[in-house]
Amino acid sequence: MNYIPSDLKVVGTRPVRPDGVEKVTGRAQFGADMRMSGMLWGKVLRSPHAHARIISIDASKAEKLPGVRAVVTSKDFPHIASEEAFVGEGPMNFRDLSRNCLAWDKALYEGHAVAAVAASTQAIADAALALIDVKYEVLPHVIDVEDAMKDDAPILHEDLFTAGVTPTPSRPSNIAKVVTFKKGDAEAAFKSADVIVEGRYTTKPVHQAYIEPHACLCSYNADGQVTIYSSSQGHFMVRAYCAKLLGIEIANIRAVAMEIGGGFGGKTLVYLEPVAIALSKKSGRPVKMQMTREDVFRASGPTSGATIEVKLGAKMDGSIVAAREILKYQAGGFPGSPIGPGCMCGFAMYDLPNVDVVGYDVVSNRPKVAAYRAPGAPISSFAVESAMDDLARKLNMDPIALREKNGARNGTKTHYGPTHQNIGFLATLEAAKNHPHWKAPLKPGQGRGIACGFWFNIGGESTAGCHIAEDGSVVATSGSPDIGGSRASIGMMAAEVLGVPAEHVRTVIPDTSSIGFTHVTGGSRVTFATGMAVTQAAERTVEDLKRRAAQIWEIPVEAVEWKDGKAFPAGSNAGAFEPLDLAALAMKAGRTGGPIGFEVSLNAQGAGPGFGVHIADVEVDKETGAVKVLRYTAVQDVGKAIHPSYVEGQIQGGAAQGIGWALNEEYIYDKNGKMDNAGFLDYRVPVASDVPMIEAVMVEVPNPRHPFGARGVGEVPIVPPMAAIANAIRSATGLRMPDLPMSPPKLRAALDAAARTSSA
Amino acid sequence: MELEVAATNFRRLVLELEERFPGLGKQVEEGMAVAIDGEIFQDAYSARFGPDSEVVLIPKIAGG
Repeated sequence: MNYIPSDLKVVGTRPVRPDGVEKVTGRAQFGADMRMSGMLWGKVLRSPHAHARIISIDASKAEKLPGVRAVVTSKDFPHIASEEAFVGEGPMNFRDLSRNCLAWDKALYEGHAVAAVAASTQAIADAALALIDVKYEVLPHVIDVEDAMKDDAPILHEDLFTAGVTPTPSRPSNIAKVVTFKKGDAEAAFKSADVIVEGRYTTKPVHQAYIEPHACLCSYNADGQVTIYSSSQGHFMVRAYCAKLLGIEIANIRAVAMEIGGGFGGKTLVYLEPVAIALSKKSGRPVKMQMTREDVFRASGPTSGATIEVKLGAKMDGSIVAAREILKYQAGGFPGSPIGPGCMCGFAMYDLPNVDVVGYDVVSNRPKVAAYRAPGAPISSFAVESAMDDLARKLNMDPIALREKNGARNGTKTHYGPTHQNIGFLATLEAAKNHPHWKAPLKPGQGRGIACGFWFNIGGESTAGCHIAEDGSVVATSGSPDIGGSRASIGMMAAEVLGVPAEHVRTVIPDTSSIGFTHVTGGSRVTFATGMAVTQAAERTVEDLKRRAAQIWEIPVEAVEWKDGKAFPAGSNAGAFEPLDLAALAMKAGRTGGPIGFEVSLNAQGAGPGFGVHIADVEVDKETGAVKVLRYTAVQDVGKAIHPSYVEGQIQGGAAQGIGWALNEEYIYDKNGKMDNAGFLDYRVPVASDVPMIEAVMVEVPNPRHPFGARGVGEVPIVPPMAAIANAIRSATGLRMPDLPMSPPKLRAALDAAARTSSA
Repeated sequence: MELEVAATNFRRLVLELEERFPGLGKQVEEGMAVAIDGEIFQDAYSARFGPDSEVVLIPKIAGG
């Protein structure tokens, strides 16, 4: 059923968040909060080298230390063949995942896990790690993406040959694959352009910076049954990956989703769980493991650093006739950077006749890259939107007008193939143009920038349920761990269909043995896909409730209608019966057929894409190079905001992360390939005083494929900020900053260089 | 690259590709999504298209 044109009573309102009390009183149970009787502590020995062959591992002294119950290495894992499957979040090569959890023959980055111990206390486990003797042959390392692509670069994998080129190369390479997207003939079209803009941009690797480090408690019982308690973006993914890596039948694993302190894509795979299970199997006891903040930086997946080149060609009236982009993304120690989406997203906002995009997925000696909110898109859009700003200046054209002129609309064929339908990009540009921020005056020394972003959003497999308890209260079940407020929106959609207040529905996330399969919480899919499932479950529940009312009243079911949480006779001819609410029907559940409730599993299709337009005002301190963000407005097409506060929160959170990415965040490596700033003191994320109140403006162009019109919202808002800030700095100082982060030393150097040039 | 295939849903499309180019059908089924008249379908055998449909294969989309 489609509720888009309806008069909604719950969806669109702002009930108090259902997980708020637990979280603010410290009662919420996160991955590190679990304890079990007889539990051991697991710790990981990590490589101190960025690139090294592992000659031998001697754990004999560690095993003899009193209190140590098990030591594991990769020899305790089945050595599986290279096999890629789309399970969890994105394509995953299970051999690489196994090697990332515990190194086989090589350490590929500083921090790469080499061995692990389980002991009765953390102190004994730490002492045991120091007793493990690992002999390394240190190898030359390479970090920077273009250095890794050179012919004489140290090779990470002797069996990696570049895919996507013909003929297949005979020499191994650090370039895992090349992808290309072409539309028309960009090379020829550039010749017809009146104006050309070109730029080369670089970004540094950044971490998702979730405040909760990875943690788990795993128990392998003597009968082969396994229980996993961990925070993740998908407990079904945790179950599947552990089953695959350890050769366990999936049904023998029960994974419990604990509360999560941020994921942003970084918790869509496993690091500790398979190791903890192996230690538990070997020791015969439950094993708890948790990363320190340093471990998180040194050993869990950040996003890529990259080099991007963009060329745009346009006519004097602003029509872009040709566009080219070359992207080179770091993948970390194993292939799998988000180069595909990076290639597709940069120009997805525009209706361009001739486009040529080439992307390179490149391994280098740093942690394996993991997803980070719209993976690949922010990097690509930083370059494209910076170039668009330069193009607008060269054409002497308003930057919003340039984007409107070339903006994608329904019927625009993208450069990666599909034709856009039911999109809201022009509506977001219109809303930005009409927002008071766009016209607000600036003081001398201040600048304003604008940039746009796109993300596909996805659907996928989800399960949700709707169950009426014996007193008529409602439990909604969701297979999706809640990382951004989905349990509220799931409950609200069920409440809307049932016709009861939101507070009458409690949403829970059962473990993997207690609800049907559900794909990860990622890709901005949960409100769309799991929301679709709970809506259908609630609809089936309503139909069943009407059937039961009909049975009680002895009238045809067609003569029953459901409104405001009650069954009514449909018209006076049906009979003069008092309405039956949920409590009344629940009381007679047994007599009318049994327990009341339904679970729906589906594979949701038709997730509508999202677009965002951000406006940033900045001031640059010319003495220190520090950039102050004065005002920030994020306009986004959200389809339908089920709970507007959460949607605003997603937009604000994504924008704040993009501001950090723009201004300060980067991995700093020493000459040995070791990370120098593996902690929040030196890895500078924005804090509350760095960021103004971000105004989130929600434009609602409904997605007709969702019962309430919802689109995914969580990822789009991280795409525009880097270019919005860069364009604002350009406006304030006249300087184009093509390299991220635009930190104070870089601004100072650029200001000094500009001063020298102007005085020369 | 453009091809003509006799298929009205994604499952038949994959089988046709596998027959003509052994290995390609499996690669498409496991690694690609299909956009039918602009709407993206992933892992959907029953995704239908007609003789005038625009059918485009793109890399599967994940997210963060």
